[in-house]
Amino acid sequence: MKSLALSCFLLLVSCFFSEAKTIIVCSECKVTQLTTALDLAADFDTILVKKGIYTSVNTEIKKQVVIIGENYPVIDGQEKDEVLVVKADNVILSGLWIKNSKRGSMKDYAGIRVVDSRNVKIINCKLENTFFGIYLANSKNCLISGNHSKGANYGNSDTGNGVQLWKCDSIKIENNHMEGHRDGIYFEFAHFCLIEKNLCEKNFRYGLHFMFSDSDVYRKNTFQNNGTGVAVMYTKNVEMYDNIFRNNWGDAAYGLLLKDISNSIIERNTFTNNTVGVTMEGSNSITFSKNNFASNGYALKVMANCIRDTFMYNNFTANTFDAATNGELRENSFKYNYWDKYEGYDLNRDKIGDIPFRPVSLYSMIIEQMPYAVMLLRSFTVEILNRAEKSIPGIVPETFQDYAPMMKPHSL
Amino acid sequence: MFKIAKYVMYDILRSKVLIAYSLFLLLVSFSLFSMEENSSKSLISLMSVVMIIVPLVSIIFSTTYFYNAYQFIELLVAQPISRSSILLGEFLGVSVSLLTALLIGVGIPVLIYAPDSTGLVLMISGFALTLSFISLAFFSSVAMRDKAKGIGMSLMLWFYFSVIYDGLVLGILFSFNEYPLEKAVIALASFNPIDLGRIIILMKMDISALMGLTGAVYKQFFGSSFGIIYSLSIMLMWIIFPLLIALRIFRKKNL
Repeated sequence: MKSLALSCFLLLVSCFFSEAKTIIVCSECKVTQLTTALDLAADFDTILVKKGIYTSVNTEIKKQVVIIGENYPVIDGQEKDEVLVVKADNVILSGLWIKNSKRGSMKDYAGIRVVDSRNVKIINCKLENTFFGIYLANSKNCLISGNHSKGANYGNSDTGNGVQLWKCDSIKIENNHMEGHRDGIYFEFAHFCLIEKNLCEKNFRYGLHFMFSDSDVYRKNTFQNNGTGVAVMYTKNVEMYDNIFRNNWGDAAYGLLLKDISNSIIERNTFTNNTVGVTMEGSNSITFSKNNFASNGYALKVMANCIRDTFMYNNFTANTFDAATNGELRENSFKYNYWDKYEGYDLNRDKIGDIPFRPVSLYSMIIEQMPYAVMLLRSFTVEILNRAEKSIPGIVPETFQDYAPMMKPHSL
Repeated sequence: MFKIAKYVMYDILRSKVLIAYSLFLLLVSFSLFSMEENSSKSLISLMSVVMIIVPLVSIIFSTTYFYNAYQFIELLVAQPISRSSILLGEFLGVSVSLLTALLIGVGIPVLIYAPDSTGLVLMISGFALTLSFISLAFFSSVAMRDKAKGIGMSLMLWFYFSVIYDGLVLGILFSFNEYPLEKAVIALASFNPIDLGRIIILMKMDISALMGLTGAVYKQFFGSSFGIIYSLSIMLMWIIFPLLIALRIFRKKNL
């Protein structure tokens, strides 16, 4: 009992003396470099970096510190190596302006790299001319919020990703702005993450790209003007709500590519002005509901190896082609969608058309088989052929039809 | 020649068919533009209309006009005027009136709602199509003495260029699907002024991305300055050649 009391007392005393201190870094202060401050700091200390330019080549943060930038101090990697490497738990980086990491093809040099850590927060940082922006490897429970990363404009092959997660768990990524990278956000083996309110634009390849990253939720993000849109692969339990995919226009561009995705929900998203709104390959048990597809070249391209997908309550308006496929679809269901090309009637006034709608036109089938026939796009002959096929269907896939098309668009 | 053109124009204006034509185009264009808030979408719809209506009206109107003015032409032939200038005068008169109608009917709405380069390209191909189909009409009306036959031939020509030809192209593409057809397809497009006009407009509309790899090939060709010169000169040939043949026949024709 006595020894316990003593140890309690000692603990109290030690707490009293080891109160977390704040180290201020500026050009006129005692500490003029971030690296020196890190040497002086102990766990739970705060380092306040005032406005200025600080060199930081591969600075490793191995203590549980909080680094706060005042008026965006520049942390310059001088294109020699990585800029900051976090190797401790509970580190907070905030308000820093990270610049100039090295570029290379052997190693993924990053502006901020987080390795084997938990509870790291990266908040309101700016990243400029870094090869990779923020790179999390084997980390958990981290927060990446309010950062703006602008990739170095050296073209596709020589640019890294904005935010990259590799083998991570429970990461929250919110309110970030990624531009000019190879991929805006890139995941491999990242599970249980929440990606919210980010803006990914003008990236050379994809706005969002992930593989083997199950059970992630994407909400209210905007992916626009990316080289080829958004591509997600080999993943299950993906949930996407209220995202916007737009202006991905080009020969090989699409709003969203789903390749080998299963058991996922895609709801209330907007797909506008993409060459292809959604392309699906080998994707099973996906529910598309309440999405808006407007002004796309193709709204949907569903390959015949997709099964048990459901499309309900979506709006399809002003798309050049509503849908295309390369064969008979199996076990997919289309119901209660609104198609602006639907010409049926509604005798019992239940707002549901009485005859099914076939979104695949004959001409889109022809193009699928002979690409050269695009020469006849919008030709009078093609119109006649489409009409003839519509009145007596023979070639377009039997199963690709909406059995209960809506007469009026859903208000989404 | 110009004097004859002037008389022809007065004559056409009196007949009111042309006024109806321009009013119809005006109505269609305005309704298309006001129906859709996105002007590029309405331009596409307008293009479809222009590609069907303009050639049809141009060729039928010119053919009937030529036959109706046959007695006037006979009278002119009796005067000391060369036959080429008679025919060219007629051509000029009909062309100016139809082009004016197109300018009023489509040009004004385009100028109001979509005054960009796409609208300009639409107008240019509309003009070129009008001219080439008037030229074809003159060819068929000079070639055929009988009015019914002449109008029938004009109708057949229109039907061939706007429907049958594309069907043939589809057939050719089907049979030679395995071969690289990039150049062949461009050549195929050149043999039909309607196809050529349509492709030029679609290229301008950035719809080429939709066309995938083949679209890229088209874009590379028709988007380059060589391609523009090429397509314009092909269009010009579609105006000049039928007219030249018509002139040749008309010069030696026993009226």
